[in-house]
Amino acid sequence: MTFDRHARAALADGQLRGALRQATTLFGERRQAALATAPDWEGARDRARAIKDETLLHLDRYLDEFSANAERAGARVHWARDAAEACEVIGRIAEQRGARTVVKSKSMASEEIHLNAALTARGIEPIETDLGEYIVQLAGETPSHIVVPAIHKTKRQIAALFAAKLGIELSDDVATLTGAARQALRRRFAEAELGVSGVNFAVAETGTILILENEGNARLTTSLPRTHVALMGIEKVIPRFADLEVFLQLLPRSGTGQALTAYQSLLTGVKQRPEDEGPAELHIVLLDNGRSRMLAAPVTRQSLACIRCGACLNACPVYRQIGGHAYGSVYPGPIGAVLTPQLFGLGRSPELPYASSLCGACRDVCPVKIDIPALLLHLRAEVVATRAGKQRALERLAFAGYAAVMARPRLFEWLVRAARMLRVMPPLGAWTKWRDLRPLAPRSFREQWRAGLSGKAP
Amino acid sequence: MRVSLFVTCLADQLWPAAGVGAVEVLRRVGCAVEFDERQTCCGQPAFNTGYRPEACSLARRLIEIFESSGADAIVSPSGSCTAMLHHYEQLFEDAGWRARARAVAQRTHELSAFLVNRLGVEDVGASFRGRLTWHDACHGLRDLGIKDEPRRLLRHVRGAELVELPPPGAETCCGFGGTFAVKYPEISVAILDEKVDAIERAGVDAVVSGDASCLMQIGGRLSRRGSSVRALHLAEVLASTL
Repeated sequence: MTFDRHARAALADGQLRGALRQATTLFGERRQAALATAPDWEGARDRARAIKDETLLHLDRYLDEFSANAERAGARVHWARDAAEACEVIGRIAEQRGARTVVKSKSMASEEIHLNAALTARGIEPIETDLGEYIVQLAGETPSHIVVPAIHKTKRQIAALFAAKLGIELSDDVATLTGAARQALRRRFAEAELGVSGVNFAVAETGTILILENEGNARLTTSLPRTHVALMGIEKVIPRFADLEVFLQLLPRSGTGQALTAYQSLLTGVKQRPEDEGPAELHIVLLDNGRSRMLAAPVTRQSLACIRCGACLNACPVYRQIGGHAYGSVYPGPIGAVLTPQLFGLGRSPELPYASSLCGACRDVCPVKIDIPALLLHLRAEVVATRAGKQRALERLAFAGYAAVMARPRLFEWLVRAARMLRVMPPLGAWTKWRDLRPLAPRSFREQWRAGLSGKAP
Repeated sequence: MRVSLFVTCLADQLWPAAGVGAVEVLRRVGCAVEFDERQTCCGQPAFNTGYRPEACSLARRLIEIFESSGADAIVSPSGSCTAMLHHYEQLFEDAGWRARARAVAQRTHELSAFLVNRLGVEDVGASFRGRLTWHDACHGLRDLGIKDEPRRLLRHVRGAELVELPPPGAETCCGFGGTFAVKYPEISVAILDEKVDAIERAGVDAVVSGDASCLMQIGGRLSRRGSSVRALHLAEVLASTL
């Protein structure tokens, strides 16, 4: 019942709801405006989805190809079955290089495996360098949005946080705040022995990884420290370099409403000569962590087409009211409601597939046309079939009764008529606390039909 | 044209004016209307809550009922239940049932789409006094692609003025979502209140929609808030003659 409790707490938080309404509306509008600058949006969505489908159908082959080409360029590729293995690999690399500080650029996969906690446990200090992630880290919180980690915070809250943690004067001037963060982070970049980044796309035919960002912090993370560790879910691979063209149209427009992000770093291997830029060592960690399970059936496989743009969060009426933390997962919103149960087990969050009105706005904005409502319905059926949810005995009984009655029109009619005559109100406190319940009509349609509407004498 | 009415259980018992209105409008444009009294619920509540076997048994029943009708089309005053019939195919593994589900779905139309796209009628001879706004029910809008059809019909209603909803707009969900409305009532009502605020800002006499479910949600909140704005089904407005 944690989702329910957290959602209610969020609904009672006026500042949170104000911040959410403003930000999700703004991102929605920017996205809408950016679509107009794409030559053929619908065509791009179809092409991108076809590329993802093709890749996922032969994921093993493309991962092997990517791995071979990345290693040929000088990278070391590590395969991690789960979060523990990935944390172990990255922690060991950091330890072996004697790293005391690790700078990180934005990576949802690192949130997924709780890398910061694992590094801290080894006595290594992880520093988030994406502004939003940095804010969240300073506040001791977790991201509440895939693309905009601190979307739940108002400018005033951030000003207070910076004043308390960075020792600056209270100011809600954006330039002052970002300047303070830049000052603090520059020092950390200089002292870090290791940089950890995420990956947006990994090109099989060249072994290249692509990282999109707006602040330049990912470029510093991947080039300043001697060693760069790139963490990626296995679904990030795409077959050809030329495929990037379509994804570069879709991702920035869907995520932040930009035609292109400020930086696109294409990284292939390590530096070859001392005067080259870039790290001396590059490690790429390929993370499974439940993803290969989703490959089995087409309905679940499409979850792996997600490019983490966050557009479905901004469009979702539920997310817009309660924000990301209520979902209790690194992946919130509609895509989170389908990814979380699949990645971490249905038993852990059987309520998430129900955290949607099935309005379909997520499917409309998804740049790779993931049918999220269909996935939600699939997972709901799994919850019922595997009895993953709690306290469902009454619900089961209700649906068995409903199906039995609805298969018998005369019984159905008789029951409704009895309810109407006895003025029985269904026990729907959850409805009537906030909304008036429309009473049963004095005469049902079928009664009116028989009474003359049919055109035949009654 | 012979039309078999798929009234839906909700309209049948809670919003019969939608069914009666649909019959009147269809007759007015020259259709012969039939109604098979064996029909009850399409199974959507079970399907949407994860009870597939229960949904499946009701789907089989309704497919058989509509197969037995020789009508040219099956028409429903509900985008949501029409969409459910269009989803029937995916409930079945069996190729035979899938084909039967597909055949019934192909004959099944939501009322406004049927009038505008199938019959080419936009003026059904209705008249109504007042300022109206349209709420796009999600399944009609996003599953069936119905957007212009009801607006065209409403613009031809004499005496009625149609205005678009201010932000968050006509296309945003009302927060009903079937069992969602009672599983997570606080979230449902938080979504709903943005909708109802917009409706009140629009300064209209009535909000019109194509689904009794959304109308119960919106109308239930309007009346709880003491608003004078009425919730009306499209078929009621189209059937109205002053």
